[in-house]
Amino acid sequence: MKIRIKFRKYGMMRFIGHLDMMRYFQKAMRRANIDIAYSEGFSPHQIMSFAAPLGVGITSDGEYLDIEVHSSKSSKESLRALNEVMVEGVQVTEYKRLPDAAPNAMSSVAASAYTVQFKEAIQNPFSLSALQEALHGFYDCQEEIVVTKQTKKSQRTIDLKPFIYELEGIEEENPGFFLKLSAGSGDNIKPELVLKAFFDYLNQNHWKIYWDDCSRDLQIHRLEVYARDDSGGFLPLGAAGEDIC
Amino acid sequence: MIKPALSDEILLSVDKPARYLGNEVNMIKKDPSQVELRGAMCFPDVYEIGMSHLGIQILYDMFNRREDMYCERVYSPWPDLHKILKEQEIPLFTLETQSPVRDLDFLMITIQYEMCYTNILQILDLSQIPLSASERGENDPIVIGGGPCTYNPEPLAEFFDLFYIGEGETQYDTLFAIYKKCRERKCSRQEFLEEAAKVPGIYVPSLYEVTYHEDGTILSFSPKVDGIPAKIKKEIVMDLDHTSYPTKPLVPFLKITQDRVVLEIQRGCIRGCRFCQAGMIYRPTRERGLEQLKEWAREMLRSTGHEEISLSSLSSSDYSRLPELTSFLLEECRGRGINISLPSLRIDAFSLDVMSKVQDVKKSSLTFAPEAGSQRLRDVINKGLTEEAILEGAKEAFEGGWQKVKLYFMLGLPTETEEDQKEIPRLAEKIATCYYEIPKEQRNGKCQITISTSFFIPKPFTPFQWASMCPRQEYLARAKTVNDELKLQKNKKSLKYQWHEADVTVLEGVFARGDRRVAKALKLAYKKGCIFDAWTEFFDNEKWMEAFDEAGISIDFYNIRKRSMDEVLPWDFIDCGVSKEFLKREWDKAQAGIVTPNCRKSCSGCGALQFEGGVCLENQD
Repeated sequence: MKIRIKFRKYGMMRFIGHLDMMRYFQKAMRRANIDIAYSEGFSPHQIMSFAAPLGVGITSDGEYLDIEVHSSKSSKESLRALNEVMVEGVQVTEYKRLPDAAPNAMSSVAASAYTVQFKEAIQNPFSLSALQEALHGFYDCQEEIVVTKQTKKSQRTIDLKPFIYELEGIEEENPGFFLKLSAGSGDNIKPELVLKAFFDYLNQNHWKIYWDDCSRDLQIHRLEVYARDDSGGFLPLGAAGEDIC
Repeated sequence: MIKPALSDEILLSVDKPARYLGNEVNMIKKDPSQVELRGAMCFPDVYEIGMSHLGIQILYDMFNRREDMYCERVYSPWPDLHKILKEQEIPLFTLETQSPVRDLDFLMITIQYEMCYTNILQILDLSQIPLSASERGENDPIVIGGGPCTYNPEPLAEFFDLFYIGEGETQYDTLFAIYKKCRERKCSRQEFLEEAAKVPGIYVPSLYEVTYHEDGTILSFSPKVDGIPAKIKKEIVMDLDHTSYPTKPLVPFLKITQDRVVLEIQRGCIRGCRFCQAGMIYRPTRERGLEQLKEWAREMLRSTGHEEISLSSLSSSDYSRLPELTSFLLEECRGRGINISLPSLRIDAFSLDVMSKVQDVKKSSLTFAPEAGSQRLRDVINKGLTEEAILEGAKEAFEGGWQKVKLYFMLGLPTETEEDQKEIPRLAEKIATCYYEIPKEQRNGKCQITISTSFFIPKPFTPFQWASMCPRQEYLARAKTVNDELKLQKNKKSLKYQWHEADVTVLEGVFARGDRRVAKALKLAYKKGCIFDAWTEFFDNEKWMEAFDEAGISIDFYNIRKRSMDEVLPWDFIDCGVSKEFLKREWDKAQAGIVTPNCRKSCSGCGALQFEGGVCLENQD
């Protein structure tokens, strides 16, 4: 039986890297007595896969992992068992059964939504209206948004525009960004890449606000991870599963 | 949620920020304002090493069972953070509440190896606590040292307010009670220390005075005040079934060295190898009860979710209920994806059978520790492992499918000759021959025999405590002798040789048997930037040599000089339960190549019988 688990990662847990989170969940499954399935062989490992790695320093309400189990208690009981063994900063919010034919979490990922906000309102150089206007100029009015993407092996220039599905200014008190970006194994676009391009655009337009000064004051938060639905729209990864009663 | 002591910017700039954040599974949370005593346990090395240490987990658990106390943890910041803390003058902080260490009542440092001594100075320095105990004020924490290196605490005497000699389970409650009473009565730090010095096992170095002969050896060691003992006797738990044990150990996020459940099955060792300090200072051997161990194993696996459980002891094969314990673990772990790790097993039919059940024989390697190449020298060091037993074990192992063997030896042992050194690769060759005698169709390609040598370092409270070490160049020459001889062997392509650096050995030697005066070199080395000396990438021998030069301290005085048997040794004021007469007898027997039977075979009158328990009271053959 395939199970999809959704969890939140917040507080100081944002500094725990992806590999360490995988190890953390492997041990948590044992502590919570989840009847998880193991691979064959001399050093069996749990059948578990994560949807989309989250960068160190980023918080999230929408992390997903899939596991294979032999049997399962109800979603409600399993959620309680898992949350009883979690540390502060990780909370499991969904535990759903997937159809047997469902593709795994990682290959389903098509988009991620983020908010990016200044950690302290006092550091914020924007008013909401000015920010919205600038974003309009950056996103709606430009035909293409060409950036250089640095990978481990090479660098290449790409046009970001087709991979930005939504980009908006949010919040009156402490204005920030809402972004919905292409994600997954194909074109995985990090919010930092888009925001750096935006700050570069601001500079070209004489704003004198620099990415290198602001980036460390910003908190990136992932809201949700999406799969494509049949009609080409986006559905949260969790929507593929159903609660076990 | 606790606010980290470090800014996001710092945390995102250093390697592995999880080292500094705490919040691990099973971390103890308390409200610091609701406790009377606050302390921190410290392992002066990086988080991944320190978190792997069982002793700290035992004491962390034990102290936090007290309602009036909150014990937190602190480890050595890695050099990247070290630099930032120094530059920005951020005081070193605990993991649990991220509070400055200097605000606590106690800083309790476990001292496991000599090459962490500069890291102890780093901890004090970054905590902004004066390095020398004599410079500390009324508000500084009481700095306490414990662990095996405190059996010669003298090189560190200047930096500690007190040392706890022996096992932590017995006297801390008394010590804390005295602290509380002193605080109530508004006693000074000095008054507290004088009271503490009366507690069994507690050594307050500032209350003792050392004088020296003109030749540099010790003339006298005596208490400066009345009412404190001239000799400090080690503390030891005789009933290991009724001690506290951390059944909910911490589970870190980072992959640490010992990333598994650790089940301590016994303390002490019956073998009596003459080079081994642990084999002497933890006497008598005491076993934990089987039923208790089963219960703890179950509970720890449940509370941690670890995928591996390991037995901990100096010599697991000597645990009398080992067959029952291993079959219990095999049963308990079956089908749950939990591995069993069985270190320090003697290779024989039983252990090979167990190991074949818990590991992939094709991938894993077998370990033998003959320590010396020739039978003559193995008799000298009282290593009761014969060539026959090694070859027999290897043969059985090869027939069982193993192909990899690791062999551990020491070079520079007392009485060692060139012939003894050459016997090391010859023994490896004999093992390889065993493998190639198996018909070709029954074996799986080549075997791989790895020889590892370290250089022998004489340790306090061993029969070899009087032994002279070799000069640095001599160690390397001996390693070369081994390597040259290895090249002459027929199966040399199946043999691999690794040897340790000699520089570190020299320093370990000085600090193992040093006195109070070597502290000067230690301080200078730290000021020059020496930290993480146990890490090859940070060890800087040149700085160390400069430090000794500037301090005017002769390394040869501590390492090479021949000690007379009636010399006052720096650690003679400690009574570890094993008598100096026994050690002398063993030293003489070593020179004559006479072996001493293990504690189960017959009692050799080492002195540990005074504790009235453990193997000393077992029925002997």
